Amino acid sequence: MSNQNFRNGDRNDDRYADMFTRLDAANEGAFVPFVMLGDPDIATSLEILKALAEGGADALELGIPYSDPIADGPTIQQASIRALSHKIHPSDCFEVIRQFREIYPDTPIGLLLYSNLVIKPGLEKFYNDAANAGVDSILIADVPLREADRFIAIANETGIKQILIAPPNASNETLAEIGQKSQGYTYLLGRAGVTGAETAATIPASELIAKLTQYKVAPPLLGFGISKPEQVKEAITAGAAGAISGSATVNIIEQNLSQPEVMLSKLREFVSAMKQATKK
Amino acid sequence: MNHLESKFGQFGGMYVPELLIPALDQLEQAFIDAQSDPEFQKEFMELLTDYAGRPTAMTLSRNLVSNPNVKLYLKREDLLHGGAHKTNQVLGQALLTKRMGKTEVIAETGAGQHGVATALACALLGLKARIYMGAKDVERQAPNVFRMRLMGAEVIPVNAGSGTLKDAVNEAMRDWSATYDKAHYLLGTAAGPHPFPTIVREFHRMIGEETRAQIMAKEGRLPDAVVACVGGGSNAIGMFADFIDEPSVQLIGVEPAGKGLHTAEHGAAIGKGTTGILHGAYSYIMQDEDGQIEESYSVSAGLDYPAVGPQHAHLHDIGRATYAAVTDDEALYAFQLLSRKEGIIPALESSHALAHALNMADEAEDGTIIVVNLSGRGDKDLAHVHSILGGQTNE
Repeated sequence: MSNQNFRNGDRNDDRYADMFTRLDAANEGAFVPFVMLGDPDIATSLEILKALAEGGADALELGIPYSDPIADGPTIQQASIRALSHKIHPSDCFEVIRQFREIYPDTPIGLLLYSNLVIKPGLEKFYNDAANAGVDSILIADVPLREADRFIAIANETGIKQILIAPPNASNETLAEIGQKSQGYTYLLGRAGVTGAETAATIPASELIAKLTQYKVAPPLLGFGISKPEQVKEAITAGAAGAISGSATVNIIEQNLSQPEVMLSKLREFVSAMKQATKK
Repeated sequence: MNHLESKFGQFGGMYVPELLIPALDQLEQAFIDAQSDPEFQKEFMELLTDYAGRPTAMTLSRNLVSNPNVKLYLKREDLLHGGAHKTNQVLGQALLTKRMGKTEVIAETGAGQHGVATALACALLGLKARIYMGAKDVERQAPNVFRMRLMGAEVIPVNAGSGTLKDAVNEAMRDWSATYDKAHYLLGTAAGPHPFPTIVREFHRMIGEETRAQIMAKEGRLPDAVVACVGGGSNAIGMFADFIDEPSVQLIGVEPAGKGLHTAEHGAAIGKGTTGILHGAYSYIMQDEDGQIEESYSVSAGLDYPAVGPQHAHLHDIGRATYAAVTDDEALYAFQLLSRKEGIIPALESSHALAHALNMADEAEDGTIIVVNLSGRGDKDLAHVHSILGGQTNE
């Protein structure tokens, strides 16, 4: 597994590698929106994913609603609460992904969720269900490197890429380990704290990005506190392979709950503006 | 890497965002250093003795047990400053906070007992405390909210989720992930990610050590059983720790059965829960088929938590400790009985342990010695119990 290098694209089902190859050729970075599956309900959720893709999202990062999201600020907590109020199950979420995958066979899809949703059904079942639905990667917010090995082992068996987080306070030792183990992409935290657009990301100094390259981590996508096109541009200028925006995307959903058509068109516009900023 | 074992068998671990790992490692190192630092130990011991009032008494009950040949002792943590065992470990962690050069303390509280203990320790040691408390609990526990504020702590109501303890823990962890440079998260029970379960146990282990010395002085032998209530499990692990390697001593934890284990309204994570991860540790938790955390219930806010400390999960799995459950009604009965028969008003939490110990005493052979940890006093529960009993007390 040590040959899971930076932008290794020799597997034809490696959608992330294909995406980065395509973006490199076009001289662009990646823009990846995050939304919570099942928010505000299952039917609208599929329409939202389609709107994000139509707006130009290079990949999607998707949450599965959870009762106790300790790494999330109020915006994404509320998204979980809205989805759970409709009794959304992980199986419903996989079904939305499967339907989206039929329409968009090449868009990389990542899950970002909490460990207990994986532990309860059993790692093997969860990763298999995800793979069968068309998921490319899994990031578990409350599984740090120190607990990650058994998750990475199952990921490798099921063809899923285990995404690791590089926090701004990571030691060289941690970065080196991420370098050995990361696949797909690396989630680079823009700042400390929880998710939310209220506190802006600190675009990391080029030294940190240079360090990531030195340790051969998978391409870094900057997340946490990214809500504006200027921040996307700045992140890419600093050397990130792209940017992830969650709370700003979810805010659009929250503010337009009563008018789904407006919500979808605003999502398309938002993604389009953020994507525009990835062009170097 | 960890210097101390982060797991108890398969339980425990550090299931937290990567961002918090450096703060947990720093805490582990500070704890290891402090444990072998005579200056730290001296200051901790002085605070426990001169400020908190250790050692606490051990009282042989005079009127509770009908069989004169069965002895029931009460370990009187209710007499500790602050009104519960909580003060022990809070003093220890507050000293660690200073040792790490941090100036702020974050804490969660359910009934307010851990919040009060945190507030008093921070007032004493010059630390700035902010305490997260479920909005529902803020309403239900107004006197404790006032106590915390009197002692200078900021109390922050949490509206998210169920507005109770687990949501307060979530919010405290969120705060910590943005402020770990200057703030210590002073977790209130023997749960959460490593190294908290170990630190909390070690800072409460004098409960069992004193019990051992006191029972040896009075009886010349170890007790047959020690009994303690278990929410997260801090007073129980403090009582058990010194007896784990004494196979003749039964360790008995008592979980809240609420309105009955056959209902959904209880807090018996070991008794009725399944294994999973909550608040950073793999343990027994209350959850649905998907892994969503369920709300717990108990008449006693301090036991109203849908998980249990990982060492208890392990002690249960290896059969070293036994976990029983006691309903609201049984606990309320024991609450009144101790008040009536011995002139001690116990916390509702401790009343659970007492209720089970009384059942054991009724069935025990002649010569049996049982120690129950009376983890707190009942002042905080008076209004609640009064409203339940409607002004009527029975025997």
